[in-house]
Amino acid sequence: MNDVPIYLDNNATTACDPAVVSAMLPFFTEQFGNPSSMHSFGNKVGFALKEARAKVQALLGAEHDSEIVFTSCGTESDSTAILSALRAQPERNQIITTAVEHPAILTLCEYLEKEGYAITRLGVDKRGRLDMNEYKAALGPRTAIVSAMWANNESGTIFPVEQMAELAHAAGAQFHTDAVQAVGKIAIDLKKTKIDMVSLSGHKLHAPKGVGVLYLRRGTRYRPLLRGGHQERGRRAGTENAASIVGLGVACEQALQHMVYENTEVKRLRDKLEAGILAAVPRCFPTGDVMNRLPNTSNIAFEFIEGEAILLLLNKAGIAASSGSACTSGSLEPSHVMRAMGIPYTAAHGTTRFSLSRYNTEAEMDRVIAAVPPIIAQLRKLSPYWGEIGPTEHPEEAFAPAYA
Amino acid sequence: MWDYSEKVREHFFNPRNAGLLDGANGIGDVGSIKCGDALRLMLKVDPDSEKIVDASFQTFGCGSAIASSSALTEIVKGMTLDEALKVSNQDIADYLDGLPPEKMHCSVMGREALQAAVANYRGEAWKDDHEEGALICKCFAIDAVLIEEVVRANSLTTVEQVAHFTKAGGGCASCHEGIEEILARVSKEACTAPTAATKPLPPATPAAAPKLTNFQRIRKIEETVEAIRPMLQRDHGDIEIVEIDGKNIYVNLKGACVGCMMEAATLNGIQTKLVEALGEFVRLLPAAMLGKAH
Repeated sequence: MNDVPIYLDNNATTACDPAVVSAMLPFFTEQFGNPSSMHSFGNKVGFALKEARAKVQALLGAEHDSEIVFTSCGTESDSTAILSALRAQPERNQIITTAVEHPAILTLCEYLEKEGYAITRLGVDKRGRLDMNEYKAALGPRTAIVSAMWANNESGTIFPVEQMAELAHAAGAQFHTDAVQAVGKIAIDLKKTKIDMVSLSGHKLHAPKGVGVLYLRRGTRYRPLLRGGHQERGRRAGTENAASIVGLGVACEQALQHMVYENTEVKRLRDKLEAGILAAVPRCFPTGDVMNRLPNTSNIAFEFIEGEAILLLLNKAGIAASSGSACTSGSLEPSHVMRAMGIPYTAAHGTTRFSLSRYNTEAEMDRVIAAVPPIIAQLRKLSPYWGEIGPTEHPEEAFAPAYA
Repeated sequence: MWDYSEKVREHFFNPRNAGLLDGANGIGDVGSIKCGDALRLMLKVDPDSEKIVDASFQTFGCGSAIASSSALTEIVKGMTLDEALKVSNQDIADYLDGLPPEKMHCSVMGREALQAAVANYRGEAWKDDHEEGALICKCFAIDAVLIEEVVRANSLTTVEQVAHFTKAGGGCASCHEGIEEILARVSKEACTAPTAATKPLPPATPAAAPKLTNFQRIRKIEETVEAIRPMLQRDHGDIEIVEIDGKNIYVNLKGACVGCMMEAATLNGIQTKLVEALGEFVRLLPAAMLGKAH
């Protein structure tokens, strides 16, 4: 039964598409030229980059191909965007972001707070949704940039970024979105929005690790993070990671071709998986805004047990998933996303994320649906919050340990 | 993924003594709110011999928490209560062939559950004696609360001092930014008013102290340690000098000092006293390091 492992951790990273790999290979061998060179070795590579840029442009719906700036990863794009907005608008010192952003944004903001910038972190409700009135009230003449993720990596919840960008513009602020999880999973048409900057990461959509993009709307005031060469029109110095950029181009082309499949078939499989687990396991619930989330993501909180233990047993059954529990991250706190949504500790520690891709199959879902219930039951047997057949009468009272 | 030993994996996949224990007469419920782990340890103690005849556990926690609980029950079965109380968190970790530094708190939780269960059997109240903070130094598993306490108690101002007192930052050095932040925070609190340098800095080369003879030096070390012993004994601990080899002084910590979370801080505190008394730099090391340090 456990012959082939099932990969359901595509929000962490994805497998490189075989077409991506084969498109990249020549750029490690005969196509080794530096695109900046004047000879034919470089020229061909330069042409390949141009082609890749057009493919990224198409997936994002950008108006101009020059709005695509290749970077090394999503984190670099995030840092570039926020630091650029602060440097380009020194008269503004406030950053508005959300409590559920990726650490690439949150850790940078914590650091900038120490440097004296004012950081506003918008909270979310139980389903992970923002309060737009709170957001409107936070915007002001000192707001340099608003950075809100397009879709949440843990719950898949989608934020109304188009609307938020309009509001930011009305306040004279720039708008950035970390769309690392959204690109390739939901349709995006940037030219119809007021979004100034977008981060994306190659390895989340079947391209290799180590390549990312900063979308930079034409006319947005900008200061580069890396200065040096003229690459990317002086906006991101450093010799281009040609092979990976070519790979990313192919991956974007494929993502566009599979956009309908992602939002029908992948979504159907995700819904089947989630419904199957919820029906078979007592005391568990999906987290986030389930009616408005990525088509590939299901984050289920299993009460009274802990996520790392779930993952270890899933792994033993040949199933790869991830968890918002503290112990999987090496930090002591459970996921900041789950805490921001007010999920109780006894459930937050047991959250398990299943994230699919177009490579997953119906048969795999059946296997996971069969494998999960006994794993949960096995761990609940060990849990002091759990009785013979269900949670103890008043779990919080029946077991109230002396906490350190 | 965590680098768990085979033994940890084995105890997680096949936990020993899991579930409720019929006739348990000593129960310890402890948890770590930050980490979210919680453990109920159940002991069946024979009232005549005070021997633990059976033990079981229930754990809400990660793989290493479950493995630590399983190991703990195996270790204490057959021990008398007094023997069981000597089991340290390091004993639990050793039994499992080690735990990753981020997971050492799982073994600490096991030891606390044991103390709580024994206290419960004896009708005493058990109080947790330490608070757990975010892990700063991954090399030596030192958390923010411990570093802050030691910084405060000893008015430390540099990363080097923190490394001497707690070992934190003494390994790969990648946590120095975190340590500097703690130092900055504590020094900000301590500073109530803008003042000029209150104490002149000691000269770069200290005035040469009169050189002690070997005999005088050993006597001085002994006197210094003797003066500290009553403090340790008050906490049911003790210390003995085993060997003096140049700058290295080897000691045994005894009683409650063994396996105490503050063990490193205790040693470093005594070391500071010795350095002051002797007017030279010496290192205080556990006797287990004899022949290993140079």
